[in-house]
Amino acid sequence: MSSDCRITRRAVLVGAAQAAVAAGMSRAEGPVRRQPGLTRAQHVVWDAHGHLSAPGDTPAEKLANLLKFADRMGIERVIVFMGYPWSQDPSPDEFRRQNDQVLEAVEHSRGRALGFVYLNPQHTQASLDELDRCVAKGPMVGVKLWVAVHCHEACLDPIVRRAAELKAPVLQHTWSKITGNLPGESTAAELAALAARHPAATLIAAHSGGDWEPGIRAIRSTANVVAEICGGDPAAGMVEMAVRELGAERVIYGSDFSGRSFASQLAKVYGADVPEEAKALILSGNIRRILAPILAAKGIA
Amino acid sequence: MITDVNVNLSRWPFRRLPCDEPARLVERLEACGVTQAWAGSFDGLLHKDLGGVNARLAEDCRKAPAGLLRPFGAVNPTLPDWREDLRRCHEDYHMPGIRLHPNYHGYRLDDPLFAELLAEAERRGLVVALAVRMEDPRMQHPLTRVPDVDTGPLPALLANRPGLRLVLLNALGPLRGAAITSLIGAGQVCFEISTLEGVGGIGSLLDRFPLDRLLFGSHFPYFLLESAILKLQESDLSAEQVKAITRENAASILAK
Ligand SMILES: [Zn+2]
Repeated sequence: MSSDCRITRRAVLVGAAQAAVAAGMSRAEGPVRRQPGLTRAQHVVWDAHGHLSAPGDTPAEKLANLLKFADRMGIERVIVFMGYPWSQDPSPDEFRRQNDQVLEAVEHSRGRALGFVYLNPQHTQASLDELDRCVAKGPMVGVKLWVAVHCHEACLDPIVRRAAELKAPVLQHTWSKITGNLPGESTAAELAALAARHPAATLIAAHSGGDWEPGIRAIRSTANVVAEICGGDPAAGMVEMAVRELGAERVIYGSDFSGRSFASQLAKVYGADVPEEAKALILSGNIRRILAPILAAKGIA
Repeated sequence: MITDVNVNLSRWPFRRLPCDEPARLVERLEACGVTQAWAGSFDGLLHKDLGGVNARLAEDCRKAPAGLLRPFGAVNPTLPDWREDLRRCHEDYHMPGIRLHPNYHGYRLDDPLFAELLAEAERRGLVVALAVRMEDPRMQHPLTRVPDVDTGPLPALLANRPGLRLVLLNALGPLRGAAITSLIGAGQVCFEISTLEGVGGIGSLLDRFPLDRLLFGSHFPYFLLESAILKLQESDLSAEQVKAITRENAASILAK
């Protein structure tokens, strides 16, 4: 058994506090109470997938409220994208408005949050312009694509090409549902097809295809696609399969906060029967490696 | 000390799970501080010989460290002679309760058989644990698509069964808002946290949900046990709230 629950809450918070100190951050630590059976958190954790849905009047307030819970779970940094309310097929005006919300939240996060720019490839030129505004000339470090269009469509090509030039990973929602997909909702297989056309780009399969057993298989042979584990139930065995089939360096933790809890998604990693070195890669090592060039280019520590 | 009201033995039909052997399941429960687990059997979902399922469940629980696993046998009121399964759970195996899977067993809650089963369980003083779902319906096997249980008829049934103790498993999330409120108001119904989602989920639920109706449940080993454990850390709960959720509420259900 590779994971050990016999660590107290104090140890969890100490681990989280050490991570914060290591990252040069101050954090408001909650009251330390001993609770039973908590998992260790000695790893540095970056959450690669979250949204601004939370109480608060402004994007910054919403993010600050979410970070209070991230603190409790020992999460050092979060990646956020899309504003509110959500739009499945946003017009250029709409995705610019939502990206402004994310920019505002990131700006006030004192380095705790990174932003990915939300685009709609059906508006190809407007998306390219927005990519330049938010990533090339702005502080954002990746691209988020959701359900506006199937991701193997040709309209994605110029966007992925430009993202690769900027060293920005492209995180694409992928989900295959036996109950039926949304009209523009992509599958992991479609992302693999896109990735095969762009070997220099890094593609992130958000939700690992949703139905993760076929999803992991669909991206297995396409080395520039990494699996991000967020958004589904905390089903046991997901991370074990992803590590077995893809290698630990192609698996990334994200939660899809605030619709999902940090707890249920972190559990997928903390509870997985994989080596601690694999957990370290999944919890932050891989996303930090992927983002290192663009963070360095922007002077973000 | 945690009482986990939602644990399953044997094999999930569609996937091997890392902790689906009794030894590993027990090891992980103990490592995470679970001192009592109310256990059903995955075999109860699709097997027709529920007598055999429940005999194995009782035996597996008996072999576990004393008091750790409390068996909840499966009863399917559409099977011939289901009352004998219920009698064995109660009289032969001394189970504290039974586990129902109406969606896998193919009946609706407005079926008169279900009302009869509730009446019998109440008469025998058995806790009824009813699983609203077992897995996300979006990712089910194409040949085994099982919708969530429609709990609509439940409040009216509970109104006539003041002595019945009902625990709804995997229900928070699948059920929301008014559906939960009407169940809480109708009788002795408790929920558990395995499928409760959202950042700070327990804390925000308790803003509008009675503390004495909330139980610790993990849906382990289908879900990772750590998910429910870490939810206790994510919300800023008082020591009293943690105690109520993790053991006192479950203990008072068994004490009734
Ligand atoms: Zn998301």
